[in-house]
Amino acid sequence: MIPFARLCAAAIAALFLMVTTVSVATIDVYEFENAQQEEDFSVLVQELRCPKCQNQNIADSNAGLAKDIKDRAYKLLRDGKSKEYIIDYMVERYGDFITYRPPVTKNTWVLWFGPFILLIFVVLVLVLRKSTDRKSQGTAHITDEQKQRVDALLKRYDQTGEQYGVENEGEEGKK
Amino acid sequence: MKWIRFGVPLLLFVVMAAFLAKGLENDPRHLPSARVDQKVPEFSLPTLNDEAVLVTQQNLKGPLLLNVWATWCPSCRVEHPMLNALSSQGVRIVGLNYKDERAEALAYLEKYHNPYSMVIFDQDGDLGLDLGVYGAPETYFIDANGVIRHRHVGVVSDVEWEQNLSAIWRSLAEEKI
Repeated sequence: MIPFARLCAAAIAALFLMVTTVSVATIDVYEFENAQQEEDFSVLVQELRCPKCQNQNIADSNAGLAKDIKDRAYKLLRDGKSKEYIIDYMVERYGDFITYRPPVTKNTWVLWFGPFILLIFVVLVLVLRKSTDRKSQGTAHITDEQKQRVDALLKRYDQTGEQYGVENEGEEGKK
Repeated sequence: MKWIRFGVPLLLFVVMAAFLAKGLENDPRHLPSARVDQKVPEFSLPTLNDEAVLVTQQNLKGPLLLNVWATWCPSCRVEHPMLNALSSQGVRIVGLNYKDERAEALAYLEKYHNPYSMVIFDQDGDLGLDLGVYGAPETYFIDANGVIRHRHVGVVSDVEWEQNLSAIWRSLAEEKI
């Protein structure tokens, strides 16, 4: 049993090693003049989305098109273009789909502000509910029959309701 | 207060269901083209037949269809008979051979008939990238001024042509006169 388990562990380890070497290999193809360029490139390939494949950025995608876009981005970087320039350049060709940070337009404002509007709505509802709860405290919700019984009891002991907060009790009882 | 407890979740459900139902009809693989209503981007590429002959955006004054194809693209093979039919009806089609091998592309046209008035050879996909091509086949409708008026992604089938594309083509052809 033990040799088999060891074999499995070795196989898994080998698999991980292979995966890491492959991903390192794809990054190492590009050489940069300075650290800033390299940094910009790694941000770009993370933020640009592959138009051919659903929901992969061009760093993760193996599609030929993702490689073309990476190559073009690399060439533009080497020509001294900024990160923002390259994103605009790709948006000009592929539309907003290509970036994982869509700009605020009339089509996307719901995406950007929808969650905040929902949050405000929920907070408003909670606040309103709280205040109506408070308001309802202290108001009696008892039937005439109950009221008569209370009055009768109070009369028997010659006392008045307000002093003892009977109305509150009445509400609690109902709840 | 009771109707709120029941009504608000119901309302949310209905709104979400409406959005999701709408989403089902959308094909997320069909992206709008960012190049519609813009001029064909500048380029200078050889033709498929002759390496020495260079084509530029000046040569793409329509009305014409710019059809992106390749021998490695099975859907292109599917739409090829339709392109042949359209070309025999007098529709001018320019081919953009996209990321392909010259010899294979020439053999393909020999075998399946050549519907193109001219084929641009874009081996590295440079013009493809400038056009925003994300997969073959794609077909661009270009007017007399060299402006892209419509992009069709996927096979130009006879149904698609009858229902949508022929009307676009006719409007471009009439503009010329």
